[in-house]
Amino acid sequence: MSPLNAYLLLSALLFSIGLTGVLTRRNAILVLIGIELMLNAANLNFIAFWRYGPNPAALTGVMFAIFSIGIAAAEAAVGLGIILAVYRHTKTTDLDQINTMKG
Amino acid sequence: MDWIVQHLWLVPALPILAGGIIALLKQRHRVLAASLAIASMFLSFLLSLGAFVHLLSLGHGDGARMVVNFNWFQFGSEWVRLGWVLDPLTAVMLLMVTFISLLVFIYSVGYMAEDENSTRFFCFLALFAGAMLGVVIANSLLLLFMCWEVVGLTSYLLIGFWYANPKAAAAAKKAFIVTRIGDLAFFLGMAWLYAQTGTLLFFDGGAGCLERSALTALVAHTTIFGLTVSTGIGLLIFCGAAGKSGQLPLHVWLPDAMEGPTPVSALIHAATMVAAGVFLIARIYPLMSADIASLPALTPTVALQVVTWVGAATALFGSLVAVAQFDIKRILAYSTVSQLGYMMMGLGVGGVSVGMFHLITHAFFKSLLFLGAGSVIHGCSGEQDIRRMGGLRKFMPITFATYACGMLALCGFPLFFSGFWSKDEILHAAFAWSVSRTPFFMGAFGALLTAFYMTRQLCYMFAGSSRRAQISPMPAHGGHAAGDICHAHSPHESPAVMTAPLVILAAFAVFLGLIGAPSWPWFQSFLGGEPALLNFGAFSGVLPLMVASSLLVFLGLGLGWLLYHRKRIEDADARDALEKIQPDAFSVLGHAFYIDKLYDATIVRFNAALAYICDWLDRWVWSGAVQAFSYLVLALAWLDNFFDSKVVNAGFDAGCHTVSRGGRLLSFLQGGRVQSYLKMIGLALIVLVMLMLWGARA
Amino acid sequence: MTAFFLIVAALTIAGTAAAMSLRNPIHCILALTLSLVGFAALYLQLGAQFVGFTQVLVYVGAVAILAVFAIMMTRSANPPEGQSHQAAFSSSWLTGGAIAAVIFAVLAWCILSKSTPMQTAIQQPDVSVNQIGDALMHKFALPLEIVGVLLTAALIGAVILAMPERRKTL
Repeated sequence: MSPLNAYLLLSALLFSIGLTGVLTRRNAILVLIGIELMLNAANLNFIAFWRYGPNPAALTGVMFAIFSIGIAAAEAAVGLGIILAVYRHTKTTDLDQINTMKG
Repeated sequence: MDWIVQHLWLVPALPILAGGIIALLKQRHRVLAASLAIASMFLSFLLSLGAFVHLLSLGHGDGARMVVNFNWFQFGSEWVRLGWVLDPLTAVMLLMVTFISLLVFIYSVGYMAEDENSTRFFCFLALFAGAMLGVVIANSLLLLFMCWEVVGLTSYLLIGFWYANPKAAAAAKKAFIVTRIGDLAFFLGMAWLYAQTGTLLFFDGGAGCLERSALTALVAHTTIFGLTVSTGIGLLIFCGAAGKSGQLPLHVWLPDAMEGPTPVSALIHAATMVAAGVFLIARIYPLMSADIASLPALTPTVALQVVTWVGAATALFGSLVAVAQFDIKRILAYSTVSQLGYMMMGLGVGGVSVGMFHLITHAFFKSLLFLGAGSVIHGCSGEQDIRRMGGLRKFMPITFATYACGMLALCGFPLFFSGFWSKDEILHAAFAWSVSRTPFFMGAFGALLTAFYMTRQLCYMFAGSSRRAQISPMPAHGGHAAGDICHAHSPHESPAVMTAPLVILAAFAVFLGLIGAPSWPWFQSFLGGEPALLNFGAFSGVLPLMVASSLLVFLGLGLGWLLYHRKRIEDADARDALEKIQPDAFSVLGHAFYIDKLYDATIVRFNAALAYICDWLDRWVWSGAVQAFSYLVLALAWLDNFFDSKVVNAGFDAGCHTVSRGGRLLSFLQGGRVQSYLKMIGLALIVLVMLMLWGARA
Repeated sequence: MTAFFLIVAALTIAGTAAAMSLRNPIHCILALTLSLVGFAALYLQLGAQFVGFTQVLVYVGAVAILAVFAIMMTRSANPPEGQSHQAAFSSSWLTGGAIAAVIFAVLAWCILSKSTPMQTAIQQPDVSVNQIGDALMHKFALPLEIVGVLLTAALIGAVILAMPERRKTL
């Protein structure tokens, strides 16, 4: 298989593992970590397509990845802040127990 | 047109107005009510007198008739016209009615003094007088019929004046219903007349239904049995007159009508209302006597023949039954029936003047007799059975004297009493009747009986000694209420307000005959439209008949004196002298030939059965239909309710429940757990991607 | 498909898997760090050096540390992980795993079924930081500013969220 396919497959696998963690871990922080992993896998996708794409000189993939990293960091900060706030209220980070918003 | 003729309508209008005002008065304003009634009647009398005088000045013949006609209402393209007429017939009737009404009103003040409802009494009396005067002056058969009906109504109200008494109420009903039967035929005759001639006005300048052109047209047509239309109409109208005037077979209400107060009996059932029938026949006499060849005909028309036979039969029947009665007023009632028969017979055989003369004289002496009987009843504290009276001439001299005058006038005592002249006219005309002499013999026998039963009554009441002490005091009934000042144990004379009218009427009973005696037949010529001639020679033609009738009267008086005065009637419960001789005949007469029972068994029972059927029909069929319909509606309503509550409401509710349950089910998706939401996003993503892929491949 | 790629890929996969499956959250973060470093290596191999270094600086240097801080601050009430009644995975881990597996399957099928025409002998693009800076200032100036605003907002938001709540005293 071509290098691109390999990278894409890798990226998909890492994405899926991250998704598994998001969907199955109890700890909220670990869910956030999983989301970070998913973002990273997407970044890898972008860089791979930039490298093996038609126009690497445009730097589109690189730019996208840079911005993605920046935003992911900001999002992680804010998300952890939220988790801390929720922890102060409910004294737990167990997602199975944080279900007061049920319909 | 003169003032009096133009304003002739005031004569009936004034009493009706008085009646209307009295109707609004309270019960305690009895003096005001009586004054209003008497005042209105007095004014009407003066107006009638004025009309009579005016008519006298006008001469004779057809010029002596003045009519005032007016339009009433229009239907289609035709006008219904009414009007009044002033002619000799009207004038004499007006005088008689107003004068006797005035006297009876004055008498009633005394008679009804203790009755608490005398205000209502005067109201009805005034209304009656007004309506009767309306009948007299009417120029239109329709107006006459309307006033005729009001007369019938007030008669009902007055007979049933003491409505709490069931006999009075029943008598009033009977009177109304029996006269109604006659009125039905009257109405049919009226409708037929209108259909044939197009007018109901009697005199209308040549176009009226009693005038030549209309009569010739009526006579020209023939109907069933070969009768002319004029005869047919005349017979139908005669049925109405027969009902009102108590001819056989519609006489049954008159004796029962004696349940009313005595002034009522005097005014209505002696002088005026029952005379209205005779007056009606006299009014439409041209119609009754119209024949093909010319007017009048040589052989009497079928209509007049029927009138004569019915009158003769009634005259005989009435006098037969009166022989066996024991109630004062019943004797006089049957006597009235008999005399009305005479009047009809007189109209049939002799014409208008013969019948009318007897009507006028009869009005005076019969009302005198009734008022006298009222005085006797009043004086005996309500007693009406002659067996329980006696020797009253000692206690009530004035009443006795006036009653005797009236009695002799009724019998037809020769020369001095008016009844003699008028009855003689009738018998004379009957003797000369071309069809048959049987009515004459019937009338003659009736005259004999009249003298007999009146003597009987007089002897029972006034002769001998008082039988009042033999019975326990009767409870006050009739016109006396509680707290009655006449509650004396022995009979007493009535107050002056009651005896004065008696005296006045007695004078008329004696002297009225003079205006119709053959030597100076003023009455007949006045009515006939010719000048009256003083002719003593006319006596010779009628002398044999006068002698014969006088002998009959003396025979009757003698028989009565023989049976009832020679052997004094000592015992109140003793059998009547005639009853001892012929008990079976006496009881048949006493029960008036059982005619009432016959009617009861046939017509009344049939009517009751019909009413029962109608009631059944109404209760089960019509009412059942209505019920069924209502049940149907109820069923529909129930169905609607069912539909509404079970289908619409429940459906709606079920829908709402479903939505809410669905919502509740869906809310289970919201577990509140973030990861389950994420899983759903994941699922959705898979589905979306698959769709895109499939779509792209396709 | 060089050996370097395969090793790095394996390391990254191992790190990711460990990060997602270890019981102790600290251990997860450490595994995460390994995974992130592996990512950076991959970037370097792909010729995006700036991105690789940025990845290490930001993710490893900041995000992972931040995560550690967060775990530390949320552990005081919890006893150490490993107690029997408190599992690491939620009660519905099977559905989650299934969904993730299906997603991977779909993605893999997409990748493997399509063959994109490739320039196999593509040259390593020569990207200098200068070029990236140029691009940031010219072509991508607007996204830069927006990201700046976003970072400011995130900063403020995080501070506010982390502040202790003021008790309402009356």
